[in-house]
Amino acid sequence: MIRLENVTKTYRGAGASALSEVELQIDRGEFVFLVGSSGSGKSSLLRLMLREEKPDSGDLFVLGENLRTLPQRRVASYRRKLGVVFQDFRLLPNKTVYQNIAFALQVIGKSRAFIETSVPDVLRLVGLEDKSSSFPAALSGGEQQRVAIARSLVNRPELLLADEPTGNLDPDNSKEIMGLLSRINLSGTTIVMATHDRGIVDQMQRRVVEMKGGRIVRDAETASYREVPSGSVEIPEDQS
Amino acid sequence: MNPSFVAREVWEGIRGNFSMVLSIVLVTFVSLSFVSVAALLQIQLGNLKGYWYDKAQIAIYLCNDFESELICPSGAITQTEQIAVTGQLKSSALVPYIDTYYFESQDEAYQRLLDDGGELTAAQYLNPDQLNATYWVSLSDPEKAELVVEAFQSQPGVAAVADQRSYFDPIIGLLNGATLAAGSIATVMLFSAALLTTTTIRLSAFSRRREIGIMRLVGASSASIQLPFILEGLIAALLGGGLAIGLNLFIVENYLTDSLATELAFANFVSATDVFAVAPYVLGLGAILAVLASGISTFRHLRT
Repeated sequence: MIRLENVTKTYRGAGASALSEVELQIDRGEFVFLVGSSGSGKSSLLRLMLREEKPDSGDLFVLGENLRTLPQRRVASYRRKLGVVFQDFRLLPNKTVYQNIAFALQVIGKSRAFIETSVPDVLRLVGLEDKSSSFPAALSGGEQQRVAIARSLVNRPELLLADEPTGNLDPDNSKEIMGLLSRINLSGTTIVMATHDRGIVDQMQRRVVEMKGGRIVRDAETASYREVPSGSVEIPEDQS
Repeated sequence: MNPSFVAREVWEGIRGNFSMVLSIVLVTFVSLSFVSVAALLQIQLGNLKGYWYDKAQIAIYLCNDFESELICPSGAITQTEQIAVTGQLKSSALVPYIDTYYFESQDEAYQRLLDDGGELTAAQYLNPDQLNATYWVSLSDPEKAELVVEAFQSQPGVAAVADQRSYFDPIIGLLNGATLAAGSIATVMLFSAALLTTTTIRLSAFSRRREIGIMRLVGASSASIQLPFILEGLIAALLGGGLAIGLNLFIVENYLTDSLATELAFANFVSATDVFAVAPYVLGLGAILAVLASGISTFRHLRT
């Protein structure tokens, strides 16, 4: 599903590489946490997967596409195959919940009939069928994030990228969102989630990829945020 | 994309950016008005030429006994000289340019002067001998008059050669000058219209950056992201073009067709038909300009 081979990325004007020689494989159906402090490279990694940036070197395969060589004109159709959610929800304040979700389908030319069946379906999935005509300002943070998740799922992506989706939420709402993401993952969608939230990672017991200084320093199955449980592999930190 | 969805997006763009869109409409209106004025002036010029050049003739005035010695050193034209002039008119070098010609004797010239002038005429102070016998030459191609004039100018027995077209030179100069002025203003105005469209569309894109961000994330193509903005610029430009054509029609109908044309019937003024003939080009120019300007401004700012 996702494979990074020796991926390096340096931003212009920045001294150190945002990512250096990253090797990573994520299989279909996995739920992977990307953890690490700010500037560790988690967001850069997500930006590469979204094809907002291209790697300087190395190959990056996502959903069967080599993103380093993917031509500009095919970026849009690539992005239709994945969903993405952010810390700040990114909802349109002048559109209702229904319209926000429908917007994502309208702009890629889906038919009215498709929109009229898909939007209520996905609203039911996130438990917001009774809020479809509310505006975002009238919703709680957790509800807004559920709308954003609904929007990212409405085109039935195989992969969901989540950048700090609980970053703006209180613990109860965070828990609710994680429950929703787990259900989505159970239905077969691969999820890659960058987070700072130690509690969530510890509680979920999923694969954890920890980054530091643009490198992967730990890749552990069913791990906690910081601990190294037995059976996982500690990747030694590069001292250079 | 669904047309009604695009229409709604365009409408929201125009509504949210109304004063800027209005300014595009107005600047395009003014610039395209000048463009179509320039075009109509050229049509007017064409009408004048077409109408009068056909009627304009070349007059080959022959020497009489009253011409100065400088012009006619050997006095009145001799028969041999006149035969030479006629021969020249029939020569293979000139035949392709000459449609018809006829000879007007001194008596006929005198008669015409009497007929034209009524009571107050130079004819009462002149007698036929003082007038020139004349060959009146109609050309098949009025633009080639120079050639014919030159051929007779130094011919012995010819007093002068006059091209009637030259009577129109001042008015043609005036119309060409006015065209140049209107065209220059139009160029400057079109340039500012293009810059204004670019700025306006960029602002419009900025005010909808959330939408654009989401469109990019969910995989809308660049073309479909740009389309509402291009349509926004296009609609504004077409409105401006429509106003320009409306203004032209108003002027032509009220000042030319209804008043001037009845007073100066010979002038063959431009009409509403000419305005409509120019309209597609004016609208097309506005449309191309708007699409290019908004396309370029969004291309630079909205690329995936």
